[in-house]
Amino acid sequence: MTASRVAESLLALSQQEELVDLPKNHPLSVSEDEEDSDRERKHQKLLEAISSLDGKNRRKVAERSEAGLKVSEFNVSSEGSGEKLVLADLLEPAKTSSSPSLATVKKQLNRVKSKKTVRLPLHKEEVERILRELAFNKTSQVLSKWDPIVLKNRQANQLVFPLEKEQSAFAPIEHVLSGWTARTLLEQKVFNLLHKNKQPVTDHFLTPMEKASLKAMSLEEAKMHQAELQRARALQSYYEARAQREKKIKSKKYHKIVKKEKAKKALKAFEQLGKVNPTVALEKLEKARIMERMSLKHQNSGKWAKSKVIMAKYDLEAHQAMQEQLSKNKELMQKLQIALESEEEERGPEEVEELLIPGVVNKVQMNADGPNPWMLSSCTQDSREAETHEDLEELPEPVAHEVSESEVDEGPVAEEEILLKEFEEWRSLRRRSELSQDAELVGSQETKESSSQEKLSELRAPSQRFKENHQSWKPKASPTGTVPQAHREEPSLEEEEPLLLQRPKRVQTLEELEELEKEECSQSQEFFRPGLEGQQLERNPNNLSNAPKEKKKKEQMLDLQNLLTTKSPSVRSLAVPTTLKEVDDEEERDQKQMIKEAFAGDDVIKDFLKEKRDTIEASKSKDMDLTLPGWGKWGGMGLKPSAKKRRHFLIKAPGPPRKDKNFPNVIINEKRNIHAAAHQVQVLPYPFTHHSQFERTVQTPIGSTWNTQRAFQKLTTPKVVTKPGHIIKPIKAEDVGYWSSSRSDLSVMQRYPKQLSMSHKKQLKKNSVD
Amino acid sequence: METAPKLGRDVPPKKDKLQAKRKKPRERKNPESQRSLSGAQDPFPGPAPVPVDVVQKFCRIDKSKKLPRCRSKTRNRLKVAETEEEETSVTAARSELLLAEEPGFLEGEDGEDTAKILQADIVEAVDIASAAKHFDLNLRQFGPYRVNYSRTGRHLAFGGRRGHVAALDWVTKKLMCEINVMEAVRDIRFLHSEALLAVAQNRWLYIYDNQGIELHCIRRCDRVTRLEFLPFHFLLATASETGFLTYLDVSVGKIVAALNARAGRLDVMTQNPYNAVIHLGHSNGTVSLWSPAVKEPLVKILCHRGGVRAVAVDSTGTYMATSGLDHQLKIFDLRGTYQPLRARTLPQGAGHLAFSQRGLLAAGMGDVVNIWAGHGKASLPSLEQPYLTHRLSGPVHGLQFCPFEDVLGLGHSGGITSMLVPGSAEPNFDGLESNPYRSRKQRQEWEVKALLEKVPAELICLDPRALAEVDVISLEQKKKERIERLGYDPEAKTPFQPKPKQKGRSSTASLVKRKRKVMDKEHRDKVRQSLEQQQQQQEQQQQQQHKQEKAKPMRARPSALDRFVR
Repeated sequence: MTASRVAESLLALSQQEELVDLPKNHPLSVSEDEEDSDRERKHQKLLEAISSLDGKNRRKVAERSEAGLKVSEFNVSSEGSGEKLVLADLLEPAKTSSSPSLATVKKQLNRVKSKKTVRLPLHKEEVERILRELAFNKTSQVLSKWDPIVLKNRQANQLVFPLEKEQSAFAPIEHVLSGWTARTLLEQKVFNLLHKNKQPVTDHFLTPMEKASLKAMSLEEAKMHQAELQRARALQSYYEARAQREKKIKSKKYHKIVKKEKAKKALKAFEQLGKVNPTVALEKLEKARIMERMSLKHQNSGKWAKSKVIMAKYDLEAHQAMQEQLSKNKELMQKLQIALESEEEERGPEEVEELLIPGVVNKVQMNADGPNPWMLSSCTQDSREAETHEDLEELPEPVAHEVSESEVDEGPVAEEEILLKEFEEWRSLRRRSELSQDAELVGSQETKESSSQEKLSELRAPSQRFKENHQSWKPKASPTGTVPQAHREEPSLEEEEPLLLQRPKRVQTLEELEELEKEECSQSQEFFRPGLEGQQLERNPNNLSNAPKEKKKKEQMLDLQNLLTTKSPSVRSLAVPTTLKEVDDEEERDQKQMIKEAFAGDDVIKDFLKEKRDTIEASKSKDMDLTLPGWGKWGGMGLKPSAKKRRHFLIKAPGPPRKDKNFPNVIINEKRNIHAAAHQVQVLPYPFTHHSQFERTVQTPIGSTWNTQRAFQKLTTPKVVTKPGHIIKPIKAEDVGYWSSSRSDLSVMQRYPKQLSMSHKKQLKKNSVD
Repeated sequence: METAPKLGRDVPPKKDKLQAKRKKPRERKNPESQRSLSGAQDPFPGPAPVPVDVVQKFCRIDKSKKLPRCRSKTRNRLKVAETEEEETSVTAARSELLLAEEPGFLEGEDGEDTAKILQADIVEAVDIASAAKHFDLNLRQFGPYRVNYSRTGRHLAFGGRRGHVAALDWVTKKLMCEINVMEAVRDIRFLHSEALLAVAQNRWLYIYDNQGIELHCIRRCDRVTRLEFLPFHFLLATASETGFLTYLDVSVGKIVAALNARAGRLDVMTQNPYNAVIHLGHSNGTVSLWSPAVKEPLVKILCHRGGVRAVAVDSTGTYMATSGLDHQLKIFDLRGTYQPLRARTLPQGAGHLAFSQRGLLAAGMGDVVNIWAGHGKASLPSLEQPYLTHRLSGPVHGLQFCPFEDVLGLGHSGGITSMLVPGSAEPNFDGLESNPYRSRKQRQEWEVKALLEKVPAELICLDPRALAEVDVISLEQKKKERIERLGYDPEAKTPFQPKPKQKGRSSTASLVKRKRKVMDKEHRDKVRQSLEQQQQQQEQQQQQQHKQEKAKPMRARPSALDRFVR
């Protein structure tokens, strides 16, 4: 295809040439050299035609642009069509002829030559966009003045409209003076003085016109402002032109030179800085190092560097450039020697100190894997503690005291240690004594119990025991009572058995015992604790052994029973009801009756518990059991999935635990009160994101029932108050305190819309980014 | 020994408050001590100090609760709310100064038991006006009486079992009306003012005015045994033999709710003045708490092994006293736990209980009345030693402390006894709310205001401050619905979208990297937070353990002889 096309075009060309040539051949007066030049031209044309075959400018139809010398009736010559008319050609006659009349023209021409062409104006759309941006920025800047006022008004507790304050009525001084004459001597004197100096007494200070002119911008100011603006614009355009010129320079050499110059300057400046202020210079270096380390600008991370790496194999220059860059990187990354030295100096004494620290620390350091200072410190502490531990363990008590005295710092720690140790010893001792004494004492206790009350069911047993416990305590507590046997024996034991050394300290003295007794009594009187006996029950080893499984189930019920059957202290009233007087004398019968009454409604508890269970069942959403028997384990008849597995696959029902979970004697209805909920707030108002935040703001009641009158008035002030009969005008700058008219800034923009250029645009962009 | 029955001023105290407060700002204007003309300096410059505990009494915001993080705007609002609260509570605390009256008290000569002091001794000691407040009405003819004081404490209504109904201004002893309804009267109660009387008669419930004219016969409330009036809701609660608890709105005459308690005959009822919840005592030893808005009891408490004979709730709604057939008198905590705080066995169980305004507890046992007192206002009465005892001529059938007067009204088979109990009542009354000295005009004004401020019946619930809370469940529901409707969560945090950067730094990889960075940071923050929480929890646990360890030896010591116990 292409070949045939070329051939066609060539054909067409030859035809054209013939056409072109024809008229040229016609004139007979053409000389031979002219013929030569013609040939040359033809040749050139041919070449051009061939070159233009690539399609861009295929055909250049000869066009008449200038009146030719040779005019034929057939064709207009296209001679010299490709050449440009040069001013010099036109001026040649003027040059040669040095006539004075042409000098002025020459000058003018020179001036024209020196002048450059005016740059192309920007696109219309571009200009508009820039203008828009500029206008937006300006207006937003102007409007931003209002931001604090708007914010203030929004946050204000109360706004009173109209906003402007009523200015105190301006009374001109002559009004004041008109109805007033100098009466006293002093006044007359003052007036005389004023009149002598011709002070304006009754004049206005300013006429209304003057006031108006003062409010507007003065002429001088406006002029100055304009001049300033003009100057700024001129400077800007100069700077722009220069920058554009320099930017257009394509010479690599030039740029290299510029760069070098810059580097030199920077170096010089740095050296000077080093002389003047070495610390700052060092800081700068350090900062450069940090920057380098941070950015890794001179490593092989950049685009350029990566390309160079590839090129480096084949291109020596690229290799060199790469090397250079790496060396620069190294240079930058190098830490300053001076700083290092100083640091070493500082470090010196520390090391000495370290050497002075006793061997324990060093040991630890040896043991520690890494030289992590944090780890180290904790280790040392540990070791110290361990030391003290050892000391304490090894040494008998008095020595331990010595240790604690000697080491003032660790005094409290040591004391704690001692206390802890004592506590432990005491525990072990107690255990031992329990073991020994349990066997002896259990029997006697049993006999007591059996003799006292046989009727009592098993359920009642623990509470009874508790009571007996109380009773057993009481004789000891009485101030006249003798010291219990165990206590009396203690001193002798102390001497005999070293193991029991600690005992007298732990077992209370008589006074302590008494105190405790009182506490106990008051507790039982004041606080009616349902849980107390339950705890006793748990502690009791016998009961545990009896029915460890059943215990848990029954615990709740027992608790309830305790709650209801505990014998509370009876009132010793002065005035006893007449109906009861006979019974009152016989206490035993009274007690019997009490017990009877107490146990009369035993099923009450059962019923209640059942009811509670039912309600819980009814209200509870059920758990999901996802266990698959046989999954991951052997399955089949009689094999149940393990408890662990069941626990793992049990999805618990959502929702908080019941409020009455821990109170066996209470059933709290968990249902929502829908009627009350209808009155509650159901949508969070705007600035709040969590209901608790909003709740906090509505906690305080604002009604007059709960507040003093003043507080009520303050809490219920309306947000906006409008004065009746007043016009509410829009807010003005003068009202708020801005006196400079903000319009002037905008008007400047509107006056010079056309003079914006690319540079303006760039600046604007910068502004907007900032 | 002294009683201080307060005599109110005829001027309502609120006016006093205003006058007094006008002075305060003037003082505040010159906090610096300014020299007066004489050169003397103000010895107490600045505003007068306010006792912190009094201010604390008026503070409602629980600052111990930690709020989730909030925007600055929200924070500003919170701050404003807090400062407002502080200011108002300070002004309220300052106005406490105007409550000039002090409660009365009774002190025995060194070591003397106050319970031994007889009414005659008290009457001898006090001034004539107070002595006149102790009186006996011998009305043996018409059987045991029920008594009721009006809210202002000025009027007394009583109804005898055998049909005798009367109302009187008991201070001046002026009889308002006296009728015989010719039917058994089970209970009697004033409605919102002394002008209306509700009487539970043998069959129906009747309402009389203060001249004894029958206004209404409410047949929907039949066989009523007990009456309670909720003054702020204008509700008359009736407990009937048929086991129904009926709420009657007396302002519109409609029955708001009729609840079946499903516990047989109801003859023990009281109201909680703090939250207007009705407490019913049952024969199976339980006390149930009711609100007209809920069909089931709000709470059921098992109090006694035998049936409950009497229930009373103190004025702050903190304590409930119950007595049962098991001869026990117990005081329960009503602040969420419903556990007994104190218990006593009485020689004979108390048939009637009543709390006074200042927290004294009176119990009628047979023909004896015992009164227990605590220390200070609204404190738990200690049941060890009775504060006062009094023997009547017949068994007690009804008792109530008179509001704003140190008087206990007792109805018994022998008539009515008005007994002096120093320190039982609140000495300062609110002249705009319940003014004992109000005129008829004032009463009418108050009636209109009270009706305008009537609280709807459905707002009765255990926590009266629940209205200041957001309904979280419906809030969540609405949020969910909104998300469903919109198809996205408008309040959700928008995922981080990195801004495009120029000069080839906005490659996909770097964008992803930046995203990753932000995500990681958020994750780290979360982990850090959870770790902190864990730490706090651990610390708390440790502290608790420490406390327990500290407490254990204390409690363990008495049980050091546990080994002797089997």
